[in-house]
Amino acid sequence: MTYEHHDYDVLIIGAGGAGLRAAIEAKQRGLKVAIVTKSLLGKAHTVMAEGGMAAAMGNVYPEDNWMVHFRDTMRGGKYLNNNRMAELHAKEAPARVLELEQWGALFDRTQDGKILQRDFGGHRYARLAHVGDRTGLELIRTLQQKVVSMGTEVFMECKILKLVHDADGKVAGCVAYHRQNGEFVTFAAKAVILATGGAGKSWKFTSNSWEGTGDGHAMALWAGANLIDMECIQFHPTGMVWPLSVRGLLVTEGVRGDGGVLRNSEGKRFMFDYVAPMFRAETAESEEEADKWYDDHTAGRRPPELLPRDEVARAINAEVKAGRGTPHGGVYLDIATRRSAEFIRRRLPSMYHQFMELAGVDITKEAMEIGPTCHYIMGGVQVDADTAATAALGLFAAGEVAGGMHGANRLGGNSLSDLVVFGKRAGMGAAQYVEAGDVAGPMNMDEVEAAIAESLAPFDREQGENPYDIQHDLQEMMQLNVGIIRTQSELDTARVELDAFTERVRNIKVKGGRAYNPGWNLATDLPAMIAVCKTVTIGASLRKESRGGHTREDFPGADPDFAKFNFAHSTHGGNWDSEIVTRESPLLPMPDELKALLEEAK
Amino acid sequence: MADVTMRVWRGDASGGDFEEYTISQNEGEVVLDVIHRIQATEAPDLACRWNCKAGKCGSCAAEINGKPRLMCMTRMDQLPEGPVSVTPMKTFPIIRDLVTDVSFNYAMAERVPALLPPPMPAEGYRMFQEDVQRGQEFRKCIECFMCQDVCHVIRDHEDNKQHYAGPRFFIRYAELEMHPLDTNDRRDLIREDMGLGYCNITKCCTEVCPEHIKITDNAIIPLKERVVDAHYDPVAWLGRKIRRRTKVSASSAAVQPAP
Repeated sequence: MTYEHHDYDVLIIGAGGAGLRAAIEAKQRGLKVAIVTKSLLGKAHTVMAEGGMAAAMGNVYPEDNWMVHFRDTMRGGKYLNNNRMAELHAKEAPARVLELEQWGALFDRTQDGKILQRDFGGHRYARLAHVGDRTGLELIRTLQQKVVSMGTEVFMECKILKLVHDADGKVAGCVAYHRQNGEFVTFAAKAVILATGGAGKSWKFTSNSWEGTGDGHAMALWAGANLIDMECIQFHPTGMVWPLSVRGLLVTEGVRGDGGVLRNSEGKRFMFDYVAPMFRAETAESEEEADKWYDDHTAGRRPPELLPRDEVARAINAEVKAGRGTPHGGVYLDIATRRSAEFIRRRLPSMYHQFMELAGVDITKEAMEIGPTCHYIMGGVQVDADTAATAALGLFAAGEVAGGMHGANRLGGNSLSDLVVFGKRAGMGAAQYVEAGDVAGPMNMDEVEAAIAESLAPFDREQGENPYDIQHDLQEMMQLNVGIIRTQSELDTARVELDAFTERVRNIKVKGGRAYNPGWNLATDLPAMIAVCKTVTIGASLRKESRGGHTREDFPGADPDFAKFNFAHSTHGGNWDSEIVTRESPLLPMPDELKALLEEAK
Repeated sequence: MADVTMRVWRGDASGGDFEEYTISQNEGEVVLDVIHRIQATEAPDLACRWNCKAGKCGSCAAEINGKPRLMCMTRMDQLPEGPVSVTPMKTFPIIRDLVTDVSFNYAMAERVPALLPPPMPAEGYRMFQEDVQRGQEFRKCIECFMCQDVCHVIRDHEDNKQHYAGPRFFIRYAELEMHPLDTNDRRDLIREDMGLGYCNITKCCTEVCPEHIKITDNAIIPLKERVVDAHYDPVAWLGRKIRRRTKVSASSAAVQPAP
């Protein structure tokens, strides 16, 4: 068969912050670049980011610098991070924020006209550049407008099925279909950058949109790259819990950064009871001390509400479990009694509207009911920090789909800066790879044909299962067995269940035609979701300790022996149901000068 | 809760009709929840766009009981009793069911001459909150394109799409024209090629904006004044002729990007 075909130097899959920033970089280097996105341009999950992007610019606290940011990131990640990524991120984030202003971004300002920075959990200083509580929108619109002004080609509503190799096994392009008409298309590319975001759609209560299916994670796995730290999933402490239809919808950490506190059903500010030893020295012991800190960080220590997200999410979970939750099974997030209505509406406009319109709650008068929601996957494709290159030649990865930067737990605000720092580096790494000239030959058309045949099979079956039923059951199963608190017996159950899901996916029946058929689209997502869930479950099962976004009821403490490596997953065969092989991949050795920074902090 | 009857438009460019679904609903649900339930149970191939389900991405705009709304932000319990009709946005060509071809908007975006700031000082630009505030209002836009959908200049006159940018892009032009750092001059372009004069300020766009941007009052009217001043004010005209212009005209700057 012949298909619509395109040739590029660099093909970028995904049009969120990382993909767009990568495109700008590759394009500025004079290469032929295209972006492919499942949705329309400007709709990627980046728009959901609210609070801000972390960069040690020192505009509010001149004491801040990259070294403090590096240390905060490593501590937040419970030292499982790729230290080179954390170093590059801390060093380069300020420049990445500033360049956005050249392209039209309008951040909130300080009195003297610099970019204003706000407080967030785990960051020692007010460090998040922001625009009210819609920073992600500002980031994506700025990058989108820049990409468009450069004349970059964008294929919208185009879904990649699989990466394709050349005869030597280098990544040579991919096969996709246009969602609008269902026609197949092939893209040959000298380098492919994955910037596909996260995988949270496999959990029932999630802040992720339909796009977060982990298809980029899966494509990388199938193409020969490694996935690391897949057990490390961030459950954001504050998602909406009611009404049920919006359960999981994100409530920005900015609420707490701006003075909001957590209370249980008895009205108690319970976070003071949950300060882990490693954070005790820098966390306030009384409400009085904590409240002084908001105005002057030198007058008191940090409020415990601003501990890293894994700590706060576990505390909320424990309060609810102890019977001190709200009627809908969350806890209260109260800013109404602590800040003026005018302040709340100005600093948190979209939170105000979100609660007013969806829950009928006026957050300037009442407390919000919130609880943990699946938000972010720290795990992802193992990459080289400097170039974003993966183990599959010709394949690069940046943003949420890449692993290592955040270790076992990501700090709020470090994601948007991750996107632009490593988006740029991926664009650079891919460009250097292309310019070096040793690139892939023609695509192996057998792989193309096989991927297309696989995608079409659900139409041909006489009978079979509705993909929506499988997705629904998968979300229930993962929430129940591989959720915020894990234990061996449940993880074993999940592994057995996932094999059953694999069988069910082999028997999907899709109704209707190929043009804009969401049922078919889901059918093409499910193999990726299953593969990713398998790596998460295997990792969670093997990591017999609690660390960051991975909490084991049966192994409640951190074990230093597990702090030496990441679990790395690969497959033999590259099919969606190929067996997953897991090994221990040692952490990058830390240079002495970085070690010294962590020692100083202790 | 009682089941609800949804009348959903199904079809493609060649035609279509309403299809009725009687479907369950739960307390607090929005229209998009019910559409998703139809997809998951009765019509897995029902086409609709959505992403964030939180009113932040603007993907799920449709006409609910004839009025453009975001499906994710329209609560079922706030609609009148009786069947709820859901149709695609009328101004854009149909792709399938509730999905329309909004490429007109992306084509207009390509024609916007980019921000042209002076070189950035090493420590970054200085701008003050009062100066960025006006532009920030317009940058709240989530590109749901409902303002474009209701604007009768294009809703009722397909051929105007050639030379009329529409409210979404008037706020974009206003944002750039009011940007503290911009040195690009787009006034001739806005008047001659973007059809600002066609807007007769009926404020339909403002009424429908889910971000409550005062499109007409804060963007279109000031933009009209600015463009008209530039073109018809005899003093300004003379000034243009005599003085060397410091601003680059949009036609020569084209879509030249910032460094």
